[in-house]
Amino acid sequence: MKSYTRLVLPVVFAAGFAAQASAQTIKIGVNEPLTGAFAASGTYVVNGAKIAADEINAKGGVLGKKLELVIEDNKSNPTEAAAVAEKLISGDKVPVMMGAWGSSLTLAVMPKLMEYKVPMVVETSSSGKITTTGNPYIFRISPPSSIEEAAFKPMISKLGIKKVDFLVINNDWGRGTADDFTKLFKAEGVQVRSVEMMDQSSQDMNAQLSKIRASDADTLIVTAAVEQLTLVLKQANALGLKKQIVTTGGSQNPDQLIDQAGTAANNSMHLTTFLPWLPDETPNPEATKFFLGEWKKRGFNFAGSTESFRGYDGIRTIAAAIEKAGKAEPAAITEALWQTEIKGLNGPIKFEKWGPSGKESGQSRPNVYLIKIVDGKVTHPKS
Amino acid sequence: MNEFLQHIVNMLILGGTYALLGIGLTLIFGIMRVVNFAHGELYTFGAYFVYLVSTVIGVNFFLSLIIAVAFGCILGAAIEFFLLRPMRGADIDTTMLVMIGAMIVMQNTEQFVWGGVAKSVLTPFGESTLALGPVSVSWLRVFVFFSALALIAGSYLLINRTKIGKAMRATFQDRDTASLMGVNIQVIYMATFAIGSSLAAAAGALLGPVYVISPHMGDIASLKAFAIVILGGLGSIGGATIGGFILAFAEEVGAGYISSGYRDAMGFLIIILVLMFKPTGLFARSERIG
Repeated sequence: MKSYTRLVLPVVFAAGFAAQASAQTIKIGVNEPLTGAFAASGTYVVNGAKIAADEINAKGGVLGKKLELVIEDNKSNPTEAAAVAEKLISGDKVPVMMGAWGSSLTLAVMPKLMEYKVPMVVETSSSGKITTTGNPYIFRISPPSSIEEAAFKPMISKLGIKKVDFLVINNDWGRGTADDFTKLFKAEGVQVRSVEMMDQSSQDMNAQLSKIRASDADTLIVTAAVEQLTLVLKQANALGLKKQIVTTGGSQNPDQLIDQAGTAANNSMHLTTFLPWLPDETPNPEATKFFLGEWKKRGFNFAGSTESFRGYDGIRTIAAAIEKAGKAEPAAITEALWQTEIKGLNGPIKFEKWGPSGKESGQSRPNVYLIKIVDGKVTHPKS
Repeated sequence: MNEFLQHIVNMLILGGTYALLGIGLTLIFGIMRVVNFAHGELYTFGAYFVYLVSTVIGVNFFLSLIIAVAFGCILGAAIEFFLLRPMRGADIDTTMLVMIGAMIVMQNTEQFVWGGVAKSVLTPFGESTLALGPVSVSWLRVFVFFSALALIAGSYLLINRTKIGKAMRATFQDRDTASLMGVNIQVIYMATFAIGSSLAAAAGALLGPVYVISPHMGDIASLKAFAIVILGGLGSIGGATIGGFILAFAEEVGAGYISSGYRDAMGFLIIILVLMFKPTGLFARSERIG
């Protein structure tokens, strides 16, 4: 018995010291797809998040402590995303998280937030369901399709849209976008012809595009991540599809499209949430230039900045909330997020209450821009 | 009608590449009784190799296709020598696990070497298209289709008209008797795995430039290859060829006229029906295992 206590005591002390050592930093959980179908986008977001953490730590951190990002890979898979959230909360004891890129991934994490009462800043997902189902731990800085839709409303007559087809990714993101935009189009007197789906991992969309080519619609609305979008543009071009193409979702990465789809990307239009091509036209030019400079300094390709800025803004939002809360505890941070107000790279970040009363989710209102690719260059026709 | 013609052309082109994927897999299973879960990764290997040789190093596109297939062949032979030869005589489940391990290692290596951002290969065809009345198809796909047909025909000739093909068929029928008749089983196994692998690499090398190349592109290819092989009957080359076209037809027509949301389900629906009514596959000649 005696030898047993002798053995245990140092272990207990060591554990105590370890806990103290880890309390020197404030942990933020980052739940992103680093492998699988969305690997490229998730990696960009994480790199943006690291820039924010380094910038904040260089200025002395938050509450006198350094920020520590605990980054986990959700493998582009909703089941994994939920498991990662569980691990971050109960294993790493993070008081707040950022994630999980895709709508289906975020939706899978949401019950865990309810269970453990830990807040999460949602940086990319755009399904309406995320902020309308009554999860008070959700704070979203990316636009849901309803905000995109509102921004797109004035463009309908400008682009002369009379009849549309949809080609969307077959998950919460794509189907949500199709539903929201269909409502908008019906209200504006635009006819919706057909809604075609493509599987997340599909590479051949010729069947869907052949059907769309045969319809009399003048415009095609596409929702997909950049890899699939590249294929849609190339295959539409090969089929001789002559319709306006407008993409939504903010994960189009226009530079990668120009690079990989070549001339097939010309004249396509994209609803994006960041204007790195024209930093002077962004709401926060100085911060945008700093971020783009840092991005370049780290040797990342410019194309990734349309994704990574969200990781950067997400971590800065979280840091501001922790500062406001005065302590790194989930309940205090959740409370503080409602009061947090920062200048994001794409307009002010400030949370409005959305969803059923009593358990509202936070939703910020970022800017949305319609850009057009003309002769292999990104243009912003509004100006 | 115009739409239907376009669907048929899409189906033929897709079916050619599906058949190519299926033949490699069915050959390996039929002769070696190895369920090759790494098939999709050999496909990915072929795609990345074309990217490496043609886009990174700058070799002529057509030459890099041949180089990629040759290296796929070498990689297949190496997998056979280092992983499968020591497992000779082990039951089918054990080699299955070995191949699953190989798949995980290969996919993670691709992820490590190339990163998650998809790569795109520039081809001499560019974005130019062939328009025949209402039907339009890119020249690259036309080239891919005829290359696939040539490779399928080549595989037929190899199996049915050459000495090694005869030895392979003998091994397929009865390994022990073939061995007693003087067929060198070790050589046949290595040749079979190398040929199957190079067909997968060829499919990847041809389709990589058509699509984009990413470390997980093999997953869906592997799934389709298994579907085709089950459809056609395990071990039957003719079955795999026809199975490839049936799957492509189900997907095209299903997506075009029924629902694009269930595009991938169409193919699997057919497989379920086949398994219910003809469990050995449509064209199987011998017994099934497992």
